[in-house]
Amino acid sequence: MAVAEGAEPISLEEEQKGSNPWVDAWRLFRRNKASLVALVIICAIFFIAISAKFWTSVGLLDERSGTGSRHSINPANQARVDPYPDPGSCARDDQVRSPYWCGWLDDDMLATVKDSYCSYPEPDADQQQWCYMLGADSQGKDWLSQTVYGAQVSLAVGVVGSTMSLIVGLIYGLVSGFYGGRIDNIMMRIIDFMYGIPYLVMVILFQVFFTEIAREYQDSGREGFVGFILQINKDMGGLLFLFVALGLLSWIGMARLARGQVLAYREKEFVEAARALGASNRRIIFVHLLPNIIGPLIVAETLAIPGYIFTEAFLSFIGLGVQPGTPSWGAMISEVRTRGGFFSNRHILLVPSIALVITTLAFNFLGDGLRDALDPRLRGT
Amino acid sequence: MDKVMSDTRIEDGAGTVAENGKRVIVEVTDLKKYFPIRSGIVFQREVAAVKAVDGVSFRIFQGETLGLVGESGCGKSTTGRTILQLYRATAGSVKFEGQEITELKGEPLRKMRLRMQMVFQDPYASLNPRMSVGRIVAEPLVIHNIGTKKERQERVAELMDLVGLNPYFVSRYPHEFSGGQRQRIGLARSLALNPSFIVADEPISALDVSIQAQVVNLLQQLQEDLGLTYLFIAHDLSMVRHLCDRVAVMYLGKIVEVAESEELYTNPLHPYTQALLSAVPVPDPKVEEKRQRIILKGDVPSPINPPTGCNFNTRCPVSIDVCCNEDPQMVEVLPEHWVACHRVM
Ligand SMILES: Nc1ncnc2c1ncn2[C@@H]1O[C@H](COP(=O)(O)OP(=O)(O)OP(=O)(O)O)[C@@H](O)[C@H]1O
Ligand SMILES: [Mg+2]
Repeated sequence: MAVAEGAEPISLEEEQKGSNPWVDAWRLFRRNKASLVALVIICAIFFIAISAKFWTSVGLLDERSGTGSRHSINPANQARVDPYPDPGSCARDDQVRSPYWCGWLDDDMLATVKDSYCSYPEPDADQQQWCYMLGADSQGKDWLSQTVYGAQVSLAVGVVGSTMSLIVGLIYGLVSGFYGGRIDNIMMRIIDFMYGIPYLVMVILFQVFFTEIAREYQDSGREGFVGFILQINKDMGGLLFLFVALGLLSWIGMARLARGQVLAYREKEFVEAARALGASNRRIIFVHLLPNIIGPLIVAETLAIPGYIFTEAFLSFIGLGVQPGTPSWGAMISEVRTRGGFFSNRHILLVPSIALVITTLAFNFLGDGLRDALDPRLRGT
Repeated sequence: MDKVMSDTRIEDGAGTVAENGKRVIVEVTDLKKYFPIRSGIVFQREVAAVKAVDGVSFRIFQGETLGLVGESGCGKSTTGRTILQLYRATAGSVKFEGQEITELKGEPLRKMRLRMQMVFQDPYASLNPRMSVGRIVAEPLVIHNIGTKKERQERVAELMDLVGLNPYFVSRYPHEFSGGQRQRIGLARSLALNPSFIVADEPISALDVSIQAQVVNLLQQLQEDLGLTYLFIAHDLSMVRHLCDRVAVMYLGKIVEVAESEELYTNPLHPYTQALLSAVPVPDPKVEEKRQRIILKGDVPSPINPPTGCNFNTRCPVSIDVCCNEDPQMVEVLPEHWVACHRVM
């Protein structure tokens, strides 16, 4: 029997647990404080967005559509020209208020006018006071509630967009890189072709196309499969078509990256060793290739999330994103465009913009941290 | 476990018996491997081929170590991999224990893989960084569905012990090991299926000199214990002399000389072998003083367009007209000493 010449002496009491590469990755990730903070922020945003309905039900937030707070914008009968409630201003619901002309009347006249018109009712003890913590728009939609519900849209677009592009790009790149030869050649030419298509223009055209179809169908009142899809899209506030439009082209870069990764690992000796052992293609792909190539792909997708969020915001800003009435940060910002208030009501612009910036920055920092942790090219091994 | 393992043992009597009474375990006849070079934007045509292996023939006897030496790029690795059917041969035949294996596909090929394995050059690239050592060594058993989980664990511990690694290391990952230890892990993996034949593709080239000797000793020890047969690919000629029973010298896809190790080193006949050996320092200072380096002129020609005739003729110090026109045949000049050279015949 051979003796252990090469093995370094090691005491048996010593911890023999191996350091799993994924555990190592987490350790590396934890070292990057900025991305740790970003992770916490993202978790918080996710939590708030998912629990929005709950906050509405306990009365801390307004309804998604903003109908709940469409009460009088002029509280306490103060005649204010500015229709936008400022951050911090409060109002009560359903109070009968004296019209401004009651003040002109003398007592006699007051007697002739119905009492109920001009009397100041006592504040109703049961009634809750409503405050616009972050202000509201000209229609009295609470801006905080809109921002929270808008986070749902942004996160959904970011998560669905990146997941779809990861899955499609990964499969495409894997097939192309792994099987190589003629298949690879044809698949890559298709990608080259699609790279020539301007992404944003294409997405806008798709959205226009979908809107047109929706209008046609509404006019003709037809049903069937298309009607069904349109209904689903409507129920999702226009997100379905947005997902499709974003997903149609976004996977291309991912496919290239995945193919490059596969090519880099396909010729590695451990893959050849598996082949020499008689491993099936399936085993080689799932056991040997995937765990090694997935890291950089996840990093790339995380870093791509802000792009999806921005694209959605941009589309909603120009009115081609979510359907009117669905809260979205881009649509909120476009309020400034359609109704003004750029200087007089800064909260209209600032609140959704800050939300957008915080979210995208957080994803960028998270991606940076993941890259340090997951991309082996930047590590020793 | 023994019972399970014995299933994969070769039947006695497989393979043919050579004239000298030894059993032939691998017989390679006129083996060729060309890598096509394609070009074209969508529909690619084959425009040329890299003739990495261009008609090699040799035999490997049971229990011996055949060294395969030659310059970088002469096709040593390709020969080894084509024998193991990691590359499909362009032409020629490989008989393993008497069975033609170049045509094998699917399940019969998988079964064949139980008996022939490979050890790789780069210990850093040959282990999957995402798998623990236990999983790596057990992988052959998993692929071929051998044994229960517990039996596999036992077998892994046994193999680790066999190659001189502490079995407590099983849950560690490759990056926690040194090059020599990784090479042992790779060796344990290739031994898991009890192969009879191992192609070792420069298994020590990437290691420190101090560790090279350890790994070579381990290979010899294993050969004794398990009755293995090796095809040992190398370009370090001194290590080959120490380890190999016979040596084949390769140049530009062809084998130019095969002889027993001592014979080849003391009496090289082919001018290329002579040039190679003249570059090896001799430990004896007196001999070393007299040693004359034969410097070959020019570069190695491209394997895409090898010279006609003897492919060494462009660099050969003793070439004559016939070398440029006729491909020399392998001839047994002395007993068990084969040379392909017009000037030797
Ligand atoms: N997969 C491949 N595709 C195309 N050409 C290849 C491939 N593998 C090897 N070659 C070519 O075949 C020739 C022989 O390569 P091979 O790796 O067998 O050489 P080698 O003798 O093992 O060299 P080294 O000592 O550097 O390992 C080289 O010219 C190489 O470029
Ligand atoms: Mg090689």
